[in-house]
Amino acid sequence: MKYIDDFRDRDLIDKLIQSIHRDVQTDKQYRLMEFCGGHTHSLYRYGLLELLPDNIKMIHGPGCPVCVLPRGRLDNAIVLAEHPDVILCSYGDMLRVPASGKKTLLKARAEGGDVRMVYSTTDALQVARDNPDKQVVFFAVGFETTTPPTASVLKIVEQQEIKNFSVFCNHVLTPPAMRGILAQDDVTIDGFVGPGHVSTVIGRDAYGFAARDYGKPVVVSGFEPLDLLRGIQLLVRQLNEGRSEVENEYSRAVTDTGNTVAQQLMDEVFSLREQFEWRGLGMIPGSALQISDAYADYDAEKRFNTPPVSSSDHNACECAAILCGRKRPEDCKVFGTACTPENPLGSCMVSSEGACAAYYTYGRHQKRIAS
Amino acid sequence: MCLAIPAKIIELQEQDSAVVDIGGVTKRINISLLPGLVEGDYVIVHVGYALSKVDEAEAEKTLALFVEMDDLATGGV
Amino acid sequence: MSKVTYLRKLDVKCGTIEMSHGGGGRAMSQLVEELFMKYFDNELLRQQNDQASFAVPAGRMVMATDAHVISPLFFPGGDIGSLSIHGTINDVAMAGAKPLYLAAAFVIEEGFPLSDLERVVASMAKVSKTAGVPVVTGDTKVVERGNADGLYITTTGVGVVPEGIQLSGDLAKAGDHVILSGAIGNHGMAILSQRQNLSFSTSIESDSAALHTLVEEMLKASSNIRCLRDATRGGLAAVLNEWAQQSEVGFTIDEQQIPVHEQVAGACELLGLDPLYVANEGKLVAVVPADESAAVLNAMHNHPLGQEAAIIGEVVNDARRFVSMQTRYGGTRMVDWLTAEQLPRIC
Repeated sequence: MKYIDDFRDRDLIDKLIQSIHRDVQTDKQYRLMEFCGGHTHSLYRYGLLELLPDNIKMIHGPGCPVCVLPRGRLDNAIVLAEHPDVILCSYGDMLRVPASGKKTLLKARAEGGDVRMVYSTTDALQVARDNPDKQVVFFAVGFETTTPPTASVLKIVEQQEIKNFSVFCNHVLTPPAMRGILAQDDVTIDGFVGPGHVSTVIGRDAYGFAARDYGKPVVVSGFEPLDLLRGIQLLVRQLNEGRSEVENEYSRAVTDTGNTVAQQLMDEVFSLREQFEWRGLGMIPGSALQISDAYADYDAEKRFNTPPVSSSDHNACECAAILCGRKRPEDCKVFGTACTPENPLGSCMVSSEGACAAYYTYGRHQKRIAS
Repeated sequence: MCLAIPAKIIELQEQDSAVVDIGGVTKRINISLLPGLVEGDYVIVHVGYALSKVDEAEAEKTLALFVEMDDLATGGV
Repeated sequence: MSKVTYLRKLDVKCGTIEMSHGGGGRAMSQLVEELFMKYFDNELLRQQNDQASFAVPAGRMVMATDAHVISPLFFPGGDIGSLSIHGTINDVAMAGAKPLYLAAAFVIEEGFPLSDLERVVASMAKVSKTAGVPVVTGDTKVVERGNADGLYITTTGVGVVPEGIQLSGDLAKAGDHVILSGAIGNHGMAILSQRQNLSFSTSIESDSAALHTLVEEMLKASSNIRCLRDATRGGLAAVLNEWAQQSEVGFTIDEQQIPVHEQVAGACELLGLDPLYVANEGKLVAVVPADESAAVLNAMHNHPLGQEAAIIGEVVNDARRFVSMQTRYGGTRMVDWLTAEQLPRIC
């Protein structure tokens, strides 16, 4: 597969690992956050963590939209699905996430709710066309990578006045979330591996604030092993040289300004929420999107009067600390016991790219137990 | 949020659609977010939409950097 | 036996299944005669009894049963019929047994096209004949419209295990080798490619196949094979995790040794699925003592269904019963035991 296999070349990976080992200074700690859950997933699934020098600590960031969706919003989605006239369309990732009372969208389907998995917003639109007597609600989640497809379908729906379609919008934004983490009191992060695919939309320049206002280097990286490792190497070199710049490792897909067509569409269809609750992180200002006034007719929250539902996590849950890099999954008392991917108590365990779930599913064999 | 994959456009179609190929698997996607595509272009596809065009020259440059790594002294970029 | 005459032949081209076809009366008899018996035709079936009676050869008997509820009914490389025959033959064969006879029970939805039923039955008969394992008894029920997704099939098989062969999931020992009979993920991705809302096109075909003759060759090469299982739902990962629990051991496997066809890999990348967990219908996994694995592998390579067979790893001591994999990049990851089927993801 072109542009995939080349960036998975074993020989080049071996050389890059050796090069990173030569680059790190033995007396220095490198605490790097990979913001994106997809990067967390790659690190674990490809087994890259153990290949890195011990003094590089990867901190797994909150860039997992499934993980950070507050349970109350999922409760809202389930209530919508249970509405007799509604067909709720959702990406596969959300279907097994437990909401309050351990209910899931799949359970709601088993109990008679019409829940359909879709791969694309265009599929959801087709469901609306095929079922004119039903109200189709698209459960929109995701960062800036996933937002333009929602915007695109809303524009079509508005132009063609497709009355039986609406969107329950839970899109969140990367730079405000990074700011939210950097604004905390005891930030122990030296640099960021920037999300590659989000950046195809928002562009490299969107991260300038991290370097300018906080002195933290950012390297936007792709997802293949060579990309991710190279991103880490570039951060190590910046830290060695005392630089804090935004670099673009993923230059084959990411430009400085991003996809302006997508950005304009997003600006037209969405507006900024004043604040939004992030599961595990609390309220972050200006970090999420709602449907703009011009498209209010297609806002499921307005059409169905969805009430705000707040829901707090188990008090042993350490997600807040884990998401900011202050603790590791193993530090959490309930990790792997009461809290597992099957029965997640907090956001980090909720999807396979959450820090705890990724470590549990792919990496817990690393824990040495005397046998 | 980031499961996206480079795919080759093998056929442009009406209504902002195109057919792409990934390792022999073909899929119909929406290209409304990337005007000006031609057959043969590679695009990054996420949830059925093309989000960005793969810049082949940049891809070559990035790969070349890895190949040269052996010759680079520590601290160079 | 005198032949019953019916006023009209079954209209297989345009007719549909009606409740009377399951009612036990003439309509059902006609369906059985003109469709099932026509295709499955064998001596035992011709006796037209509710059961089949046969002599039991000496040895340990094995019996296995499967219900098949797959949707869509027809897919690239097979259909619910061929799948059901292959599946039960394989279950019997995984005990090291020679499959002898099959039974097939059909639950059919009212309104189901007879032409589709004929297609399924013809397919079953074809693979059953090729495999040399006849369907000797069966049953038919019809349920009201809206049930059974068109058609459900349950197949049961019996076989006999030769003396001296003992295969079981709890026999794996540290140091044993793990052999996989070929490329994984084809069946699951062939099925997914037919799901309307995923709409991707491939030439991937299901690998549905009867593995009993491959097993026979393997057993000729070694009578000390410890474990044998076909990697169906849950894929290769499910088999290894089940064995880890049963044998109280761990497994380490090498990603680079596991064959995956290019299109299967591409489709998995597209949907965010891991081939290790994708269903197969014509692949088996074996645990073999290390000093006999080369001989078994060689025997497999000489069989049409084992040409891509490979030693993919080994059994290790591990009280935690983990399955871990050396990745293509030199690191390791766990191959965890999932609770439920993978779902395509966007993240």
